[in-house]
Amino acid sequence: MWPRLVPRGEASPVMVWMTPVLAVALTLLAGTALFAALGYPPGRALHAYFVEPVSTFYGLGELAVKATPLTLTAVGLAIGFRANVWNIGAEGQLVMGAVLGGGLALAFWGEEGPWLMPAMLLAGILGGALWAAIPAFLRTRFNASEILVSLMMVYVATLFLNWLVHGPWRDPEGFNFPQSRMFGNDALMPVLFEGTRLHLGTPIAFAVVLGGWFLLARTFVGFQIKVLGLTPAAASYAGFDQRRLIWFCLLLSGGLAGLAGVIEAAGPVGQLTPAIPQGYGFTAIIVAFLGRLHPLGILLAALLIALTYIGGESAQITLQLPIAVTGVFQGMLLFFLLATDVLIRYRVRWGAPAGEAGRA
Amino acid sequence: MLETVTALLIATIIAATPLLLAATGELVAEKSGVLNLGVEGMMLVGAVSGFIGVQVTGSGTLGIVAAALAGALMALVFAFLTLGLKANQVATGLALTLFGIGLSALMGKDFVGTPHDRLPQLAVPGLSDLPVIGPLLFGHDALVYLALALVAAVHWFLYHTRRGLVLRAVGENHDAAHAIGYPVLRIRLMATLFGGAMSGLGGAYLSLAYTPQWAENMTAGRGWIALALVVFATWKPGRVLVGAWLFGGVTLGQLYGQGLGIPVPSQFMAMLPYLATVLVLVAISRDRVRIRLNAPACIGKTFHPAA
Repeated sequence: MWPRLVPRGEASPVMVWMTPVLAVALTLLAGTALFAALGYPPGRALHAYFVEPVSTFYGLGELAVKATPLTLTAVGLAIGFRANVWNIGAEGQLVMGAVLGGGLALAFWGEEGPWLMPAMLLAGILGGALWAAIPAFLRTRFNASEILVSLMMVYVATLFLNWLVHGPWRDPEGFNFPQSRMFGNDALMPVLFEGTRLHLGTPIAFAVVLGGWFLLARTFVGFQIKVLGLTPAAASYAGFDQRRLIWFCLLLSGGLAGLAGVIEAAGPVGQLTPAIPQGYGFTAIIVAFLGRLHPLGILLAALLIALTYIGGESAQITLQLPIAVTGVFQGMLLFFLLATDVLIRYRVRWGAPAGEAGRA
Repeated sequence: MLETVTALLIATIIAATPLLLAATGELVAEKSGVLNLGVEGMMLVGAVSGFIGVQVTGSGTLGIVAAALAGALMALVFAFLTLGLKANQVATGLALTLFGIGLSALMGKDFVGTPHDRLPQLAVPGLSDLPVIGPLLFGHDALVYLALALVAAVHWFLYHTRRGLVLRAVGENHDAAHAIGYPVLRIRLMATLFGGAMSGLGGAYLSLAYTPQWAENMTAGRGWIALALVVFATWKPGRVLVGAWLFGGVTLGQLYGQGLGIPVPSQFMAMLPYLATVLVLVAISRDRVRIRLNAPACIGKTFHPAA
């Protein structure tokens, strides 16, 4: 008795939003098994992972702080993925955003003004977009895979940041630690609520979610992106300029990743360090898929993934759970989502097909 | 001078081996129409499994077997999702890499920093003592020779056997292959598993021979470079070998640049393999016709048996 997959007439709209829930449930189940296998009491581990971190006001603020760069990056990536443009080098674009925005903060260190923060945000967007322009140019001009090029540029960006903070941008009073000066006050993201680290970046992320939704749902560019992704042939018959759309998707996703980078540097970190790349650029890929490549879905997905991050930290402190569990959780979540997505286009039937007619 | 050149050539062969193993495996998978972007993750899990295998059993051979099995198991997850449940290959491959990074870190947390002996070099009495040729040809460990043998075997299999022809047919046109009666999904499963096992071996070479220890993320993008190598080689095993040696040579810049007194910060030398990958991709991909002629036509496409 083997289960068979029977194609549905059309994609199930219910399943589109049910499978993420199902995937989360399966991940929790698998997580319970994983904790038990590692020798931790599953109940306590899950509590430490998913409840404790958000049971305080400060914890809720941390959740938003983590969700901010994930949301910003994932919205841009999702728009590209919709068009079959696979920018998977967001991590590098994030780093370059932090470098350019943070560089501005360091260049004007000691002579800041209220103009500095907006300028830094713009510089961050520019840094990310410039870095994404490399795969965009090589893809549209030379047909080189944007997947591999954007990914290679992640390593280049990380090494570049590393060189900056080991060399020219190292804090002169920092005892030779590889990190820049702390940014001045005007170069730090303003904190919104006393007693938390929640900063101005979070409302910016909200605005980007709404903007992304508007772009996809209400503009001609958004329409072209969706057509290009669903049926490339139709897009070319309709005369949509594929190169321009590739440029648009890469610059947009790069710019948003760069914005996330400068907000990280000027927000929770407050300086440039080799630890700016935290893997958010890669995790944002999971967020984008989990959020169904839809900006509003991404907001929810980013909160959930942010919870796995701070949950991992909390479980490390209270139960000495290895921090790598977080990565395993996130990977499993994406696996389960991709696996359950089969239910969108197929029904599961048990048993043998009902005669040859059923097979036809 | 001669000794320096010999040393550089030997170092190149060693640096090329993990790339060669992973890229040859991925080439077979891609030839069957499966694009598995999880090479980096499979290599990492292979690296940590091989390392643990050696630590626990004390046997290099068992470590290598463990690495190949672990890589194949990771590939099985990929195959289940993409072949069984028809998930998108690009997304699933990315998930496999992200999962592999986390899983390998979790598995290896108790083994970070424990060094162990490098895989033994196989010396051929008499021949290994020859000047230049001796150390260049006869002084390596088993995995180096295994990698070379597997490249030759893959070439022979793909172009000189009936099964190889069928595998290529499945990658070129899965509907036609299915119509003739070939089991498309089973062939792809086998090719994917082979690719996983080879990635595992590539990872094991890093943790057992290249730098005989385990460190998180120790592959440092080699899985992605292996993917680029397959494109560079226009899906031909012999050219993978050339490409791997080229890239092996490039990585040496990072190790020997400082020693040779090149006044460039080490970070910039370390960028070289990644920048070289980009350059090579551009050089190969700009010829669209050549890519279209050589790339398996069904690469990355999900097979839906005609309903």
